[in-house]
Amino acid sequence: MSQPALVEIRDLNFTYDKRPVLQGINMTFPKGKLVAIMGLSGCGKTTLLRHIGGALKPTKGYVKMDGQVMHDLDRQGLYAMRRKMGMLFQFGALFTDMSVYDNVAFQMREHTDLSEDLIHSLVMMKLHAVGLRGAQDMMPSELSGGMARRVALARTVALDPMLIMYDEPFAGLDPISLTVIGDLIRRLNDALGATSIIVTHDIQESLKIVDYVYFMAGGVIRAEGTPDELRASKNDFVRQFVHGEMDGPVPFHYPGADYHQDLNLRT
Amino acid sequence: MERTTLDLWVGMFVVAGAAALVILAMKVGNLGTYNVSETYQVHAYFSNIGGLKPKASIRSAGVLVGRVTSISLNTERYEADVVMSVDKRYQFPKDTFANILTSGLLGEQYIGLVPGGDTETLKNGELIKQTQSAMVLEDLISKFMYSKAAEPSK
Amino acid sequence: MAVQSTIRAIGHQIVNTVWRIGVAARFFFLTLLYSGNSFRRFHLIIKELFSSGVMSLIIIIVAGLFVGMVLGLQGYETLKRYGSESALGVMVALGLVRELGPVMAALLFASRAGSAMTAEIGLMKATEQISAMEMMAVNPIARIVAPRFWAGVISMPLLAALFSAVGIFGGYLVGVVQIGVDEGSFWSQMQAAVDFREDIMNGAIKSLVFGVVVTVIALFEGFDAPPTAEGVSGATTRTVVTSSLAILMLDFVLTAIMFRGA
Repeated sequence: MSQPALVEIRDLNFTYDKRPVLQGINMTFPKGKLVAIMGLSGCGKTTLLRHIGGALKPTKGYVKMDGQVMHDLDRQGLYAMRRKMGMLFQFGALFTDMSVYDNVAFQMREHTDLSEDLIHSLVMMKLHAVGLRGAQDMMPSELSGGMARRVALARTVALDPMLIMYDEPFAGLDPISLTVIGDLIRRLNDALGATSIIVTHDIQESLKIVDYVYFMAGGVIRAEGTPDELRASKNDFVRQFVHGEMDGPVPFHYPGADYHQDLNLRT
Repeated sequence: MERTTLDLWVGMFVVAGAAALVILAMKVGNLGTYNVSETYQVHAYFSNIGGLKPKASIRSAGVLVGRVTSISLNTERYEADVVMSVDKRYQFPKDTFANILTSGLLGEQYIGLVPGGDTETLKNGELIKQTQSAMVLEDLISKFMYSKAAEPSK
Repeated sequence: MAVQSTIRAIGHQIVNTVWRIGVAARFFFLTLLYSGNSFRRFHLIIKELFSSGVMSLIIIIVAGLFVGMVLGLQGYETLKRYGSESALGVMVALGLVRELGPVMAALLFASRAGSAMTAEIGLMKATEQISAMEMMAVNPIARIVAPRFWAGVISMPLLAALFSAVGIFGGYLVGVVQIGVDEGSFWSQMQAAVDFREDIMNGAIKSLVFGVVVTVIALFEGFDAPPTAEGVSGATTRTVVTSSLAILMLDFVLTAIMFRGA
């Protein structure tokens, strides 16, 4: 990883309600790369993403983006930083009271003084990139899950961000949409020269497209490496995860009282 | 929805609401009848005004000619000083009589102006000298009782 | 102890309520602070004027007409006993302009537009649209809340005036057209008794205050709703209940201030 880092996370700790959610996280996201953060549901991935977006303040440590510590920024600085970021939310989070066109044009209208003509051309380019130019007049409620995700993707990259974050981009998609979205994420990252962070638990799909992977469990990093390294890994945890085995270091049973005891059996 | 259709509807809504306000002000309220004509002020002293209130009407021969502007107590005479605004169109002789009357048995009180025969008319700020106070029910009753008691018994 | 825990629960409730009022006040302040943008881009307010004002028109007009007709009927029956049917216009007009217009319009507005605002913003929050906006460096209070607030504040007096005007027409229909009260005395007594500043302006001020209160409650409840289905439905119910109570209580306070001794 020779590229300079766009985002650096050092010794990040976050405690919510006295419960440690993140502990001692160290991550580096080099410019131009596509990095995945994987782990089971509830392992703190989304919390981590919210730290990178500056929506949460770490208990200890810091997130540095483009040379600046996120939680030291005031509101204006934070908003200025966020203009360089794009984030795709889990279910797209399209504005339901606006058409597809207006959704993609939203940030251009909010943040720039571009003429409507120019905005039109830009929106068309973005929608063309995700293959949905024909759907510009539809409302979000009329779109299928996969289409909504693609529109949201077009909206996310509307202002050509340096950093694109994806929160579970593959959740709830059919296999075809899944491949389409995965392919789009890779191509958009390379075409825009951006850096991308994907938070997901969809191992197979993301291993196909990313450059580097962090595995998280219980608020700590358990493993990291390139997709090839991980596929070949002897690490029990990674093996269980990559191959989707039912039992392993991550137990099938949620910790509870002794089974025999719960069944009222005497041993 | 198209931006222009939206604007049209909202425009209609605002116009309708504003029209309702204007109708309320002109047709329902007194803005249409009260403030339009110019007025002149006269005042009068009453020994008792009863239930007369500011904005009470001033009528002559039953026609509304003005309104009571203010009521205060004059501490030199210990009488109520009632200021009235009267429509400029109606001029009254100097010896006009001002009475406090009641519309109906329990209705509102108003001032009735009964013109005299003087050739000069009242000017702005002048005083109406002849007044008759409000009839107060308690006074009437006590007068009645007193006169009954004074009658020689048979 | 049951008593102890009840007292504790009551205390907790009170503290919680006061705390929420504080948060709502802060929310209101922020809304005012970030309102500049909505006036620079007035079409944002126009869009919300459509959904809160225009969409409430039908219910306001129909309700106003019927309330006015009932007032005409009841007023006539009562006034007839004292032989003062000619005061019907006064009664209908004063009742509507001072009280029923602002209050009924505000109650209807709270349940029609207020609940819709809460549900809409609550759903936007539940589907992460608010977070998405934050991440796009757009302030959701400036972009979502402020235009709705001003639309509500503008709509409310207009709707109340419409309610009163239509209601007086309803009273006229029943009193004059149907029952046959003298038309001349109906209008002239009304004009003699209803004062522009004292009655109509005060009624308008009332409805303006109600507009502020109802929209702030509706927007705050939406913004504060837990991002779940139950959260949003609970917030919608709270909007209607809280703003109805607030309208009635404030109406008493405002009436006491405005009309006492007049």
